[in-house]
Amino acid sequence: MPQRIDQDTNRFKQIVRGRIKGHLRKFMQQGELIGRRGKNLVSIPIPQIDLPHFQFDPNQRPGVGQGEGEVGDVVGAGEGEEESGQKAGNAPGQHILEVDVTMDELADILGEELELPNIQERGQKNLRTQTNRYTGISNIGPESMRHFKRTYREALKRQIASGEYDPDNPVIIPIRRDLRYRTWKVSEKKESNAVIVYMMDVSGSMGDEQKEIVRLESFWIDMWLRRQYKGLELRYIIHDAEARLVDQETFYHTRESGGTVISSAYKLCSALLERHYPPSEWNIYLFHFSDGDNWSQGDTEECMTLLRTSLIPAANLFCYGQVESPYGTGQFLVDLRDAFPEEPTVVHSQIENKEAIYDSIKTFLGKGR
Amino acid sequence: MILTPELERIRQVTHGHALDYGLDFFEVIYEILTYEEMNAIASYGGFPTRYPHWRFGMEHEQLSKSYAFGLHKIYEMVINNDPCYAYLLDANPVVDHKIVMAHVYGHSDFFKNNAWFSKTNRKMMDQMANHGTRIRRLIDTHGLEKVEDFIDCCLSLENLIDPHSLFIRRERDPESVQEDDQVRKLRSKDYMQDFINPPKVLEAEQKRLKAEKERERPFPEEPVRDVLRFLLNHGQLKSWEAEVLSIIRDEAYYFAPQAQTKITNEGWASYWHSTMMTEKLMDASELIDYADHHSGTLGGGSRRLNPYKLGLELFRDIEDRWNKGRFGKEYEECTDVLEKQHWDLKLGQGRAKIFEVRKVHNDITFIDSFLTEDFCREHRMFSFAFDQKTGNFHIDSRKFQQVKRGLLFQLTNSGQPIIYVKDGNYGNRSELLLSHQHEGIDLKVDYARETLKNLQRLWKRPVNLETVVAENGKILRYDGENFSEQDRKEEASSTASD
Repeated sequence: MPQRIDQDTNRFKQIVRGRIKGHLRKFMQQGELIGRRGKNLVSIPIPQIDLPHFQFDPNQRPGVGQGEGEVGDVVGAGEGEEESGQKAGNAPGQHILEVDVTMDELADILGEELELPNIQERGQKNLRTQTNRYTGISNIGPESMRHFKRTYREALKRQIASGEYDPDNPVIIPIRRDLRYRTWKVSEKKESNAVIVYMMDVSGSMGDEQKEIVRLESFWIDMWLRRQYKGLELRYIIHDAEARLVDQETFYHTRESGGTVISSAYKLCSALLERHYPPSEWNIYLFHFSDGDNWSQGDTEECMTLLRTSLIPAANLFCYGQVESPYGTGQFLVDLRDAFPEEPTVVHSQIENKEAIYDSIKTFLGKGR
Repeated sequence: MILTPELERIRQVTHGHALDYGLDFFEVIYEILTYEEMNAIASYGGFPTRYPHWRFGMEHEQLSKSYAFGLHKIYEMVINNDPCYAYLLDANPVVDHKIVMAHVYGHSDFFKNNAWFSKTNRKMMDQMANHGTRIRRLIDTHGLEKVEDFIDCCLSLENLIDPHSLFIRRERDPESVQEDDQVRKLRSKDYMQDFINPPKVLEAEQKRLKAEKERERPFPEEPVRDVLRFLLNHGQLKSWEAEVLSIIRDEAYYFAPQAQTKITNEGWASYWHSTMMTEKLMDASELIDYADHHSGTLGGGSRRLNPYKLGLELFRDIEDRWNKGRFGKEYEECTDVLEKQHWDLKLGQGRAKIFEVRKVHNDITFIDSFLTEDFCREHRMFSFAFDQKTGNFHIDSRKFQQVKRGLLFQLTNSGQPIIYVKDGNYGNRSELLLSHQHEGIDLKVDYARETLKNLQRLWKRPVNLETVVAENGKILRYDGENFSEQDRKEEASSTASD
């Protein structure tokens, strides 16, 4: 039954969405959100959504309680927000409300705000997934799956039919043959899958700040692609002079040093795709982050060959993000631009600082591939 | 949904007992709701037909979530209206329905008889529906965002009313202002009167004097606690804005007595559900469930003061004292502890006394009159205060005087700061000056600023608030674009010399 309250709830959600949108650029610069991520929900702090009143400072307000305790015993903590930063008190709009938003919703907000097009899937939908949905009813089953309402309805029917039912004393007792259980039906769905391969330069010239940028950017990219594809796989490659396939944790937290041979990563990636992700079945997204300082021009040329022959033909999108670092020359970007001036599936962007993440994501995902 | 035959039977029995006990209530209409409907109606403060606003949606989100996580369940809701409406949760067991019905008859009796409720609109159900229609119509005419924004502003000020004004007249009658200053006439012989003091000149002079006096008269003449009414009467509101504001104000006045009588009202209802359940309604098989749920409502987690419990215990204490005659000069002045302990004059006036109490008292007068030192000690009451150094609240004292003072302070103006209009033509620039009557606790400054912003949108000219921040007199000001803050030193000293 649709209720009147739904209108107001929707309006509230709309306001919340509006607030998130309005502050999206700020959220995208903060690592905080990543930490607030649950399985399906992100909890987002929104400034001042409740109505302000003239009211007492809660921390100055004495009160009366009841129970045991000596004079001087602690009965409760002061208001939390004030503790986290003493300066909070005087600035306006410090009151923070946390709202839970699903990942999908947040991705939609991102999509709307950045005007991202939906992705055109490619390849055949070769992958079949089976899902069990509990939509059926059966006469037998485990007790834990008993459908109470159906069971009682059956019992009621039987009692009415047999004249046992007394409306003034509505006692309904189900017997064995009234019992009904939930059961599942298998449904099969064809869908296309996608894989993202993140490659990152971890040579000495990539500092913590640069890595943080990569981390933030990939969080938002993950979220958007997850919204577009059901089963999304993530693979991580780090490289300095040599490339390694690593897990997510290592990807974001290793600190390597040494030279930079970009082709090593491309080689590894190419091998990975060949072995596990045939382009006919997978939508492939390649992201490479570096400060653009390759070891030698010779290696750069090898990179271009690798890209041309194996990576670019296989991928939906090849994105190169150049993170500015005090040591890098940024030459790789120039070379890449020269090598593929017209290629529509090659996208590059320069990320000077955290503020540039917003635009960079727009460049990367704005193609709809 | 209407009551099932089984519940209807329980209702009739409970109704009969309530009358037998002498309760005098508005008829109660019970509705059975699913938890979804219950949450929805609770979000609207019990009125299914209120005006649309997002904060009800926000409330609903929170209620639904905490219900889903099992943190919170609404047992009962009852509306002060004639007839009284009460909602029952369909998933509750029968024993809960019994408790709730008995509890509700207590509330209904309180609504009908307590003096503080006497000025509330008893057709509020209809009134709320009318408000809803009017606001919807305004939204259709002026657009959702515009009206919604304005409602937000009004709601932000909704605590600036004067609940006592319904019972007393604060403003002086304009006619009662006596005109003691006559124009001074020159002395003259009678026959020369018209020449030396020409009536026309006299009249003009009289007018001028009056106008001058008028100008000097402070505006408002006396501080006005009902800020919303002041805004309605003297603000530059458009007609639709005035309509919205008066709706919000009406509703604020309707809800005010409930905030003023939380302890008394809940105590009274709890007294009756426990009395009726234990003496009449309960089956032996329901004892455990009753005890469980009763202690659930009365239990105070982590040393909080529970208004249900405090109210109930006080009513029982009063009943006991007036049954045994433990009041008055003789009892107070008795110094023999043993004699006091066994004091029993067998007066049997307890029931009559608590019926009288529920008629005349609100929380403040209730606590002031009936909280005794013995009660305070027996119930282990203490006062607590914030310690800046540790960032925690600490138990401050167990002394009766301090506990009582703390409790009364907590209840004063329903826990809201007292703020009034001091000057409606501040600095002779039609600015508004509100004043916070500082009693040792500062305002929450960030909120105060946001609220000032909303106030400015209603007054349309710059607004000022005098208050105290960290022991310094301040005037916060918002002129529509910028905030400023200035010390109130000079003025503070001038008021001191007055």
